[in-house]
Amino acid sequence: MAGGQSLEVQVEHRGDTAIVAPQGEIAYTEATVFRNAMKKVTDVKPTRIVVDLGRVDYMNTPGLAVLVEALQSARKSKTRLVLCNINPKVKAIFQIARLNTVFEMTDTLELALT
Amino acid sequence: MNSGPHIRIEMLSNPMYLSGARELVSAVARRLGFNDANCSQIALAVDEALCNVIRHGYDRKADRPIWLSLWPLEGSADGTPNGGPHGPTTAAIKIVIEDEAKQVEPTCIKGRDLEDVKPGGLGVHIIKEVMDEVRYEKREGAGMRLTLVKRQAIPAKECGTNLQPAEAKAPTA
Repeated sequence: MAGGQSLEVQVEHRGDTAIVAPQGEIAYTEATVFRNAMKKVTDVKPTRIVVDLGRVDYMNTPGLAVLVEALQSARKSKTRLVLCNINPKVKAIFQIARLNTVFEMTDTLELALT
Repeated sequence: MNSGPHIRIEMLSNPMYLSGARELVSAVARRLGFNDANCSQIALAVDEALCNVIRHGYDRKADRPIWLSLWPLEGSADGTPNGGPHGPTTAAIKIVIEDEAKQVEPTCIKGRDLEDVKPGGLGVHIIKEVMDEVRYEKREGAGMRLTLVKRQAIPAKECGTNLQPAEAKAPTA
């Protein structure tokens, strides 16, 4: 987490599903790390991408932009993109930006994997 | 009475300091009586505004100045007038962000149409959505000034609980 960034991104592949689990903040400086991780996953074109936001305690519009880019890329390749485990403070920004109805969201990782 | 800001900091346009600015604003808002949700929203608005200064105003240059100033407004929990005998009834804060970046016409600063789902351009919309007053203006000489105001009614049972009057302080040993 050097260089002022406070984000780590773990990626796990389970069959045709990729689970992306960022941990930390997804703000201005961290968005590049998140974008690179999401691009690697979307480039593989799995059947489903689950982004587990359970360990993300802050996100602003650069983070939202990465997810919108990933959604657009996923739609082109007919990949299903699901966000899960979103804490209320992070969910609030989706609502303010009116993106809560654009993304498929579930309360838990288990629901996202069904 | 001093009408200057209660807090004024000068920071560089380096993104690594954004989290510190967020934490400062959120902590002050909490002391003024804002609830957790509004503290988060105020910090988010300031974060978005600072991001915009760095990205669009300074073209990502990390060594330019930004000034962040905070005022509690009348009636808020710092004991200024209009709080009444039972303490503050409103949490209220004014935040001013100033820079020396390139100037743009304030009327040209708009949030984008949210029906068009695309990355980017959401910051101004979010700022206007979460704050009660948002005003962009050109500073004299150079740069821009953004003034943000947020107010929140405090339920009666919570009034005056955030800051204790001086005479109520416990004596020190």
